[in-house]
Amino acid sequence: MIEELEDDFSPEVMISLRDLRVSYGEREILHGVSFDVMRGETMVILGGSGSGKSTLLRTLVGLEKPSSGEVILRGKNIATASAEDMDEIRKKLGMSFQGSALFGSMTVGENVALPLREHTKLEDSTIEIMLRLKLEQVGLAGFEDYMPSELSGGMKKRAAVARALAMDPEILFFDEPSAGLDPIIAAGIDQLILELKRAFKMTIIVVTHELASAFLIADRMVLIDKGNVEAIGTVEEMRNSTQPRLRQFLDRVPEPEVAREMDYLQMLTKQSGHSRGATAKRSA
Amino acid sequence: MAFVAQIGSGVIGGLEYLGSLADLGGKAAYYTFIAPFQGKPIRLQRAVSQALDVGVRALPILSLITFFIGLILALQSAYELRKFGAISFVASAVAISMTRELGPLITAIVVIGRSGSAFAAEIGTMKVTEEIDALETMAVNPIHFLVTPKFLAMIIMLPCLTIWANTMGVLGGALFGVAQADFTFVRYIQASVDALFLRDIVSGLVKSVMFGVTITAVGCHEGLATGAGPEQVGRSTTRAVVMSIFLVVVVDLIFTALFFFGSEH
Repeated sequence: MIEELEDDFSPEVMISLRDLRVSYGEREILHGVSFDVMRGETMVILGGSGSGKSTLLRTLVGLEKPSSGEVILRGKNIATASAEDMDEIRKKLGMSFQGSALFGSMTVGENVALPLREHTKLEDSTIEIMLRLKLEQVGLAGFEDYMPSELSGGMKKRAAVARALAMDPEILFFDEPSAGLDPIIAAGIDQLILELKRAFKMTIIVVTHELASAFLIADRMVLIDKGNVEAIGTVEEMRNSTQPRLRQFLDRVPEPEVAREMDYLQMLTKQSGHSRGATAKRSA
Repeated sequence: MAFVAQIGSGVIGGLEYLGSLADLGGKAAYYTFIAPFQGKPIRLQRAVSQALDVGVRALPILSLITFFIGLILALQSAYELRKFGAISFVASAVAISMTRELGPLITAIVVIGRSGSAFAAEIGTMKVTEEIDALETMAVNPIHFLVTPKFLAMIIMLPCLTIWANTMGVLGGALFGVAQADFTFVRYIQASVDALFLRDIVSGLVKSVMFGVTITAVGCHEGLATGAGPEQVGRSTTRAVVMSIFLVVVVDLIFTALFFFGSEH
């Protein structure tokens, strides 16, 4: 099956998910997710809290092992890749974490230089030039000697992007790029993503629930809900779709059970009517 | 029956814990002794800075503590020895108990408090802030990158600190010897040196290397096992200290028994 897919692998398909299932212990988080991401495309993964979108992203970069199904990245199935193969694949990936995940004990420059120092035999002077270039690309020229703790939230995000860009990745992943940022700074990060897309024709995967940002940067979107793909399509298709779950998400319609105060109160009274054991179970 | 089952699951849990420590220790040893010959060099700069932290910066507090311990040992042994008019044996009593037992043990406990806890806190914080994940996505092995320099620093610095601690303990004893037991300083030192065999010192140093391995494995394991959320870092740190002290004592017992039965013949 894998062989077949690898033969079929067209250079246009960058990432291919086939019936991907991921579980934490007994609990299955993703129940068979399948879609493709094309080269040079920006794919936004939409989904609410607990929808499984972060798990999906972690699986794509190899931080979680699929329990079944396939994740084909650049023609290799990362579900079955050896540690060496995985390292080779990862050198072509860049990941910007939600909390930026810069190493607190190193300067911004050392953070960006780390992948270069680990994986290349470049001279220090060359690395110095490269890290300056990367920082310039994200609008942080001159900040190489700052410690991460001295940067603002938006600057940390930019520094993390510079580090993700260090190895000139083919695929760039963003986990909630605008989380915790004010609208102006968040717009700046969106702008940065757009620039990277235009300048480097990079394949970009963004996980977010910020709709405005999603519609601005995406070529295509996929909505993940309760571990399933609910909708997938271009920005236009998504905007005009009538798929109920997607409409609810895009039109920001709250879940019915907690929407009306009376219902909520009723729910609470029903709950208190139960025995103690039942309530404890629910809260657990 | 439930009681037996509880004991059983406790034993299994304990063995699992030891297994994961051995796994981590084994990987760190691989990256320290074997991988450098396979083209994966150790990050010497990081190891040196760890060695500074673990070793050099521990010297003031360790010196003070072991000096006092030496003095206490002298006082305690003199209390008994003077009944037999054998107060001149204070020097050998202090020298032997420091080098064989208390030097390595007190050093290990000071290092657990300073560095074992710091390892757990540092790695635990990195786990919580996704820095460990970031290392992995950059194809940098967290054990090679974080644990190996600490491992190397510990197995080198702990014996060095132990030698220093032994010396300070003997000096602490000398203070009592000179002030209360009619020794001159030179004669006290001479008496200490005469009392020691090489195997006393070596057995202490072998123990201290094993303590270093134990402290690194526990501290780093607790850090890497940290769950989500900042409050978990505190829990990991506490667990690292408690487990390290316990396991260091167990390792101490095992090696003391080995040396005891090994030297019978």
